[in-house]
Amino acid sequence: MNSNTLWLIGRRLGAAIVTLLIVSMVVFAITAVLPGDAAQQSLGQFATPEQVAALRVKMGLDQPGVLRYLHWLTSLLSGDLGVSVSNAVPVTELMAGRVPSTLMLAAATALVSVPLALILGIGSAMGRGGRIDGFMSFFTLMMVAVPEFLVATLAVLIFAVNLGWLSALSYSSEITSPLQFMRTYALPVMTLCCVIVAQMARMTRAAVIDQLDSPYVEMARLKGVSPVRVVLRHALPNAIGPIANAIALSLSYLLGGVVIVETIFNYPGIASLMVDAVTNRDMALVQACTMLFCTAYLTLVLIADLCAILSNPRLRNQ
Amino acid sequence: MNNPIVKPPTAAVALALGKDAHGSSWLGLVGAALCATWLLVAIFGPWLAPHPVGEVVSDTVFGSLSAAYPLGTDYLGRDMLSRILVGAQFTVGLALIAAVLSSGLGTSCALLSVVSPKWLDELISRLMDAFISIPSKMLALIMVSAFGSSVTLLVCTAVLSYTPGAFRIARSMAVNIEALEYVQVARTRGERRLYIACVEILPNMLNPVLADLGLRFGFIVLLLSGMSFLGLGVQPPDADLGSLVRENIGGLNQGAPAIVIPALAIGTLTIGVNLFIDRLSSRRSRRTGGH
Repeated sequence: MNSNTLWLIGRRLGAAIVTLLIVSMVVFAITAVLPGDAAQQSLGQFATPEQVAALRVKMGLDQPGVLRYLHWLTSLLSGDLGVSVSNAVPVTELMAGRVPSTLMLAAATALVSVPLALILGIGSAMGRGGRIDGFMSFFTLMMVAVPEFLVATLAVLIFAVNLGWLSALSYSSEITSPLQFMRTYALPVMTLCCVIVAQMARMTRAAVIDQLDSPYVEMARLKGVSPVRVVLRHALPNAIGPIANAIALSLSYLLGGVVIVETIFNYPGIASLMVDAVTNRDMALVQACTMLFCTAYLTLVLIADLCAILSNPRLRNQ
Repeated sequence: MNNPIVKPPTAAVALALGKDAHGSSWLGLVGAALCATWLLVAIFGPWLAPHPVGEVVSDTVFGSLSAAYPLGTDYLGRDMLSRILVGAQFTVGLALIAAVLSSGLGTSCALLSVVSPKWLDELISRLMDAFISIPSKMLALIMVSAFGSSVTLLVCTAVLSYTPGAFRIARSMAVNIEALEYVQVARTRGERRLYIACVEILPNMLNPVLADLGLRFGFIVLLLSGMSFLGLGVQPPDADLGSLVRENIGGLNQGAPAIVIPALAIGTLTIGVNLFIDRLSSRRSRRTGGH
C-alpha cells in the first residue's frame, strides 16, 4: 500500500459520496419537486384555495425546492425519515422490522451463489471450448435472459406443486429448526441464485480465461505443470481481483431481483414494503426505501472498484 | 475440431460444420427465429386472435390446454391464446420504442460529446454517470410512485434508465474512432463537426451500436414486464405479458397454463434476443480477429 494507491482509493471514496449526493437530488426531484402540488393532491379537488394554501405552508411546500431538499437531506442524515402517510407510523419503525429479513435473504443467497458460481466459472474456464463449457455458456446465457418470475413460477410448479417438497408462497416468521429454515428459504434463494450465479459464473470465467491467456501461464504449461495446478496456483491468485470485482457487481443485481422475489413469495422484506409504498403513493416511505437501495447498490459497486484497484499489481509495485 | 470434410458441402453439413467450428451457430439461428416469430406476433397478433381479448368464452377458469382453447383459459375463463397474441403487442412494441429511443439518444449524445469542447463532454458524461448509479427498477418504482403508471411514463422511464448505458458504450467506441487518422484528416480538411460525427464516425460504429440496441431491448422487456408483474406497469384493461402473469398468479398452486405460458413467452423472447445478439457479436469479433 503506497501513497499512490491511497490517493486512488481516497478519490474513489470521494466520487462515491458525490454520486450518492447526486442520486439523492434526483430521487428528491422526482418524488417531491416534479409531481406538482402535494397539498392539492392530498386534499382532493374540492378543497378551497385557503385550505390548500394553509396545508402548503404546513407541509413547507411554499419554500423553494432547494431549501426543501436541504431540509430533507439533513433530516435524512440525522435518521429522521418522516412519517408514513398510509399508516401513520414513523418510516424508521416500519423499515427496522423489514431490513433484517431482507438481509437474511441476501446473506443466504450470497452464501449459496458465490461458491457455486466460482466452481462453475473456474470449471468452465479450465475446460474452455469443451462440451461442459459450451453447455455452461448456453445455460448461463439463458439464465441471464429470463425474468425472475419465470424461474420462480417454474420452481414453485416443480418443487411445491408436482413434488410437494416445499410449500408454495407461504412464509412463517417462526423459524425454530434448520429444516424449517431450509423449507422457508429454499424457493426464494433458489430463484435469486439462478440469475446471480449465471452472471457471476460468466464474469469469473472471463477473468480466469484472461489470466490463462497470459504468457506466464503458457510458460508454466510448457514446463509441464499439471492443468489443475496451473489454474489453482498460477492463474487464480492473479484473477482474485477481477473475481472479487465480479462477485460484488453480481451481488448488486440482487437489488433488482429481490423486488420481484419478495412479491411473488409474499416475503416480508424491505422490497415488498417499497412496492406497497409505491402502490399507495406513500412518498416518505418510497424516498427512504429508494435511498437505502441506492446506497446499498453504490456500496457494492464501490467495493467492486476497490477490489479492482487493490488487486492491480501495477499500482501495488509502483 | 479440425476433422477433414469429405462430404459435399450441403446446407446441412455447412450448419454442422459451423457448429463444430464455432460451437453454436444453430443457436444463433434459433435466436433469430424466436425474434422473428415474436416480431410477427406483435404485428399481426390482434388479427390472428380467435376471440375478442376481453370476452369470457369458457365456464372453466384456469382451463388446461384443449382444442377449443389451445393455451387454456385464464382466471375469468378468457381465451389465453387471444390474450397473449394481443398482449405481445405491448411487450414487444413498447420495449422496441424504448430501446430505439434510448440507443438513439445515447449514441447522439456520445457523438455530440466526442466532437464538442471538453467542458460539454465532461458535463454530459457526469450527468449520465449520475443516472447510471440508480438501478433501473428503483428508478421505475419512484417514477411510478410520483407520476402514476401510464404507457408514456413507462417508455420514458425505460429510456431514462437505459440511455446512460448506451451512451457509455457508444462514447468509448466513438473516442477510439475519433483518434484514427482519417478522422484527423477530415478535421484538418476543415469539415464541420456535424459532418465528422455523422459521416466519419457513425457509420464505423453502427454494427456494435445495433447489437447494443438488441441487448437493451432484452433488458427493457425484462424491466417492463417486471413492472407489470408488480401491478405497476401496463394498467387494465390493457395487458402485456407481465400483467398476464400477475393476473393469473392465483392459478400457480394448480399449475395452470395461464400463468406458465405468458412467463415462458417472455422467456423465449428475451432468450431469443440474447442468443441472436451473442451469435452476431461473436461472429464479428472473429471476423475482425479480436477476442
